[in-house]
Amino acid sequence: MRLTINGEVQDLAGPLSVAGLLERLRVDRRKVAVERNLAIVPRAAYETAMLEEGDRIEIVAFIGGG
Amino acid sequence: MSNPALTDAQLERYARHILLREMGGRGQMRLLQSHVLVVGAGGIGSPALLYLAAAGVGHLSIIDHDVVDLSNLQRQVIHTTDRIDAPKVESAARAIAALNPDVKVTRLKSRITRENARALVAGCDLVLDGSDNFATRFAVADACWFEAKPLVSAAIGEFDAQISVFRRGADRPCYRCFLPEAPPDGDRRCTELGVVGALAGVAGTWAALEAVKELAGFGESLAGRMLLIDGLSAETRTITLSRDPSCPLCGVGNALDASASPLGGGGRNA
Repeated sequence: MRLTINGEVQDLAGPLSVAGLLERLRVDRRKVAVERNLAIVPRAAYETAMLEEGDRIEIVAFIGGG
Repeated sequence: MSNPALTDAQLERYARHILLREMGGRGQMRLLQSHVLVVGAGGIGSPALLYLAAAGVGHLSIIDHDVVDLSNLQRQVIHTTDRIDAPKVESAARAIAALNPDVKVTRLKSRITRENARALVAGCDLVLDGSDNFATRFAVADACWFEAKPLVSAAIGEFDAQISVFRRGADRPCYRCFLPEAPPDGDRRCTELGVVGALAGVAGTWAALEAVKELAGFGESLAGRMLLIDGLSAETRTITLSRDPSCPLCGVGNALDASASPLGGGGRNA
């Protein structure tokens, strides 16, 4: 399954949920928001949101400095 | 003139605003009649305060418990070397007085907390959050939601900046829809990592721009979206935020502090 993650094309074996993707990328889900095809995925849907061929994923790390 | 309430000096001072069709004398009057609470007179708050003051926002309340430190001056451009050890709110007030006598400044040398946030927020028209930790950001964002005040939120970390506007409304996301709770080690990122001063300037200045738009009522609001700036690659993106039905604050039946809220209590959790 070909995905574009933060602008980089990656081939990952499916089926893959958003939660599965974060695990595979070793990203702590508490530290990021995930945008899929220009819409933020609600956290409650991470397990059920299945990624599809061609999805554009942006992983946005939370920052709070000022 | 479109508005006789502006003095000759104000017509001259704000001429470049008034020339803008979107702003005009009417928008300028709105700025002069506005009260903005700026949380933190630091890297983001410094440029934001300078531009809001220059723009003629009539009343600026500044809350910051800290004093000016030598290590602040690399990015906190409202402060000066001769004001090291002065309270940041005093230092900022002096800079604003020198810049624009139209602006009334309320100095609040304290922390904004869950206990005092709602009362502070209730008295203003808009809040600009440039604080440096998540506990403060949640206190401010929750208070703005409960009091239905527009929040311009700007944050920086290393080479990244994130700017958004949160306005309470039926289909509008709140800050906690984006970030339900503080990320682990979140504040370590804020306080111990570096930042290029100019990036704080970009974030604070852009936040001031969004505040001016909200107050004067023109342009496309950033509400429901978030601007991401990557200072390292010189790229910007805008992402769409959406309301999260399981949000701990605005999610259905979830009002975080319902017992203390005339707005969020009662029916929501009943």
